[in-house]
Amino acid sequence: MYKVKIYVTLKNSVIDPQGSAAKQTLETMGYKEIEELRIGKYIEITIDESVKNVDEMVNEFCHKLLVNPVVENYRYEIEAGVKQ
Amino acid sequence: MKFAVLVFPGTNGHLDMYHAVKDKLGEEVEFVQHDTKNLDEYEAILIPGGSSYGDYLRAGAIARQTPIMKEVARVAKEGKPILGIGNGFQILLEAGLLPGAMLQNKSLKFTCQTVQIVVHNNDTIFSRQYTNGEVIDLPIAHSVGNYYCDEKTLQELKNNNQIVFTYNGTNPNGSIENIAGITNKQGNVLGIMPHPERAVDKRLGSNDGLKLFKSIVQQWREANAVKA
Repeated sequence: MYKVKIYVTLKNSVIDPQGSAAKQTLETMGYKEIEELRIGKYIEITIDESVKNVDEMVNEFCHKLLVNPVVENYRYEIEAGVKQ
Repeated sequence: MKFAVLVFPGTNGHLDMYHAVKDKLGEEVEFVQHDTKNLDEYEAILIPGGSSYGDYLRAGAIARQTPIMKEVARVAKEGKPILGIGNGFQILLEAGLLPGAMLQNKSLKFTCQTVQIVVHNNDTIFSRQYTNGEVIDLPIAHSVGNYYCDEKTLQELKNNNQIVFTYNGTNPNGSIENIAGITNKQGNVLGIMPHPERAVDKRLGSNDGLKLFKSIVQQWREANAVKA
């Protein structure tokens, strides 16, 4: 089967209050060198090997459901021949 | 006039919505479940607040994939009035029936309070009983109410007078240009983050939300008087 790893991130133009709060906390913990911290999502999906065009399928369901293209970007990796 | 109040798993604002229409407007209203495929018998569609599908993935993202939302998209094209409140607004954004997106509140907190809202545009079927610049009291209760859109969309919203309600003074969630409620370009779909259906009785704090519902009825009556 295929294993698909999808990374969903907020667009750069979108403010990330959660990321800012985490960054500030790290700073108060002593990690002064941190320049930026942004929080996203990681999604892992396994797909049956019989699917012909995995790329097309992944892009389709990302656009339709998993990602909101108004505020989010995504990228993905596909591993083929993964055993359960 | 017959209203539909949509109900999804996790919706919790439907009873308030029902009460506002039935007891305060004296109009017909029915609950309509998420798997319903036809809305022809209703003259206005209300999408209430709450957390449909537990706000999983993104607020409104799962609800927009239901059969009823396909039908909402169809009747929206026909020009039927569609009102989404709170989570209903989020669903309309996810469905692409309104432009932009909703982000987590800037404070990262759930906010629940009465806020002042300015009527920014009273030339819509939802706001015609208000006056422009009128300041009204409406309750808010949300953690994902931070409206966002890009520069180009914002300019379009302004050019087409789609910004109908804005927060007065303190912005409770960080939304762009203090936006609290917008319509689509055609003007028959309104999304609003505050809860007018929870402001329909002075004894409970405010009845400033009532005029929004009355505007919809007035518009419908006038349109149908012309037809007859």
